[in-house]
Amino acid sequence: MEIAALTYPFDHRILLTRKKALREELLKNSNLLEKRVAILGGSTTAEVRNLLEIFLLKEGIKPSFYESEYNQYYSDVSFENPSLAAFNPDIIYFHTSFVNVKTLPVPGQSPEAVDDLVASETERWKSLWRHCALRYPKAAVIQNNFEAPDIRILGNLEGIYPHGAVSFIRRLNEALSKEIVSYPHVYMNDIGYLSSLLGLERWYDKNFWFSYKYAMSFEGMVLTAHSAALLIKAVFGGMRKCLVLDLDNTIWGGVVGDDGVDGLQIGKETPVAEAYTDFQRYVKKLNERGIILAVCSKNDPANAKSGFQHPDNILKFDDFAVFKANWENKDKNIREIAQELNIGLDALVFVDDNPAERVFVKSQLPQVAVPPMGDDIAQYKTILDRSGYFEPAAISDEDLKRSQYYEQQNRRQISEESFSDYGDFLRSLEMKAEIASFQPVYIERITQLTNKTNQFNLTTRRYTLAEVSAIANDSRYIKLQGRLSDKFGDNGLISVVIAQLEGTMAHVQLWLMSCRVLKRDMELAMMDRLIEKCHQCGVRQIKGYYFKTAKNAMVAEFYKNLGFSLMESQENGDSIWLYDIPDSYQNQNRYIETVSVAPKAESI
Amino acid sequence: MEQSIVERAQNVFRDIFSNPALSITPSTTAKDIEGWDSFTHITLILAMEREFKVKFGLGELQSLTSVGDLLTLIEKKNA
Repeated sequence: MEIAALTYPFDHRILLTRKKALREELLKNSNLLEKRVAILGGSTTAEVRNLLEIFLLKEGIKPSFYESEYNQYYSDVSFENPSLAAFNPDIIYFHTSFVNVKTLPVPGQSPEAVDDLVASETERWKSLWRHCALRYPKAAVIQNNFEAPDIRILGNLEGIYPHGAVSFIRRLNEALSKEIVSYPHVYMNDIGYLSSLLGLERWYDKNFWFSYKYAMSFEGMVLTAHSAALLIKAVFGGMRKCLVLDLDNTIWGGVVGDDGVDGLQIGKETPVAEAYTDFQRYVKKLNERGIILAVCSKNDPANAKSGFQHPDNILKFDDFAVFKANWENKDKNIREIAQELNIGLDALVFVDDNPAERVFVKSQLPQVAVPPMGDDIAQYKTILDRSGYFEPAAISDEDLKRSQYYEQQNRRQISEESFSDYGDFLRSLEMKAEIASFQPVYIERITQLTNKTNQFNLTTRRYTLAEVSAIANDSRYIKLQGRLSDKFGDNGLISVVIAQLEGTMAHVQLWLMSCRVLKRDMELAMMDRLIEKCHQCGVRQIKGYYFKTAKNAMVAEFYKNLGFSLMESQENGDSIWLYDIPDSYQNQNRYIETVSVAPKAESI
Repeated sequence: MEQSIVERAQNVFRDIFSNPALSITPSTTAKDIEGWDSFTHITLILAMEREFKVKFGLGELQSLTSVGDLLTLIEKKNA
């Protein structure tokens, strides 16, 4: 029950006094992902570590920690450091803040001198990121930016004169933001924003600083650690993907079945209507950045749909990829929503104004996030936004298009129903696949897929951006990316295969496919291209590995279906498969037209 | 010293050390409780400030040696 303290709005008393009990409770979850987190601090980090630990545990990640000695963040990565190297971090978190700015301008310093100071300070942080990339290429880096100073000698002028500390910090943050995009392994924890969210008055606790060298108040550390935990979760692909919404008194005021369409509170007529409109606008923005929307409402289906006839709705009926309005229990509907979208329950967030529904869904489906929306519509947007369920590590073009895919998917399903022969259906889709070696522009998308694909994934190996880039340029690997389009639209990059070459043997380290193109024979097209590449590289045999997880049962027989023979099968469900490549291999894919990419775009 | 203040403090201690059977007296010191290290001490001080709605000044805590000293200080500040 107390785990609710870990969701916005945070319960600071429980976070302060009940951490041990919370930790023990959260450790009971048997399905935790273990990660090694190095916290390199510019101030005391003990409490940040404790908070980060419980926030990560709540997100399903079990961290082990390395902590730098007090204020050793710089030397810990800049010089040889056998203990950090032995720790082999997955994450390096620079918990630094205003007190770690090395040189602030002095009053009256010339604008040119301040320019140099901004540049040299920025360079100092960049050098840390480069050291991380060189020494710990596997690690993702989380970097705090800077909060505004707590005092202003010159008052408002501190934000105007270049030598003012307020304007200096603004410029420094801006410079770091600009640079960070060139360091894809680095993610910014925006404590500049968090400190203004809390208010500098509550952010700074000077007593706390002088006594224990904590750079911010306990409340400040709660926000900082929560935000860092969300970033870490996002780095490992844990972002939630779909928002499931109730209708009556959730996205509009009133009950459409009782009040009628004209009686709904939406639009600009009353403060309540304005608040619902504002919440819809927020949801629409989530949708535009790639979050899938679904409806789960206890309602007569026709009534539910009619609510969208109100002209002031920002959300339209077509914005929802799945629409469940009936009198069934909501857990059943939510399960079906996940199935129809081919995503896990842990990718869903359920928003309902009715506390009984929330408690019920949470008890039946603990993987679904159920934020405590309360009963004040004016707070809905804030609660959802601060909770960070949809925190992305990066936004790719694919994300922005995702909601469209699911709309197209619905049209595909409708057309599927009208075919009696599945082959006819596949033929009718007029599919085109583009399969090529990794191309530089897709490295980010490929990394993202390796981190978030759970179901159609033979080994569930996760790769960092740096690893994917390295493989892309390494001739000892066959690395294929597959894109699939059809008459309804472009599915984007949806399949990845990585095989390591060893003499005449290719070891398939990774084979994954996005579930939105299941049962389209795309895997056969990938197989055909893999064989073609093997022929070119003199490979005679392919070894395939299936590592069983809680989510990838659907591909347990994958290699068998492709014609591999079983070499080894282990008690834990893992298996190893072998394929002898025949000289006259017959392509297996029959329904997808494969297109080659111009050779100059390929890396080998 | 009032019994109620000891009890309230004891509840805070029980939460922080995650031990519902923990009992404290004015003579309890850090040595008597397993896990009372310098970092937990900070948490304890913050939690006491929150529980009794007091704010300790710099240096006020340096001369304290036992739970009793701490509670006396809290009583004095709340008087």
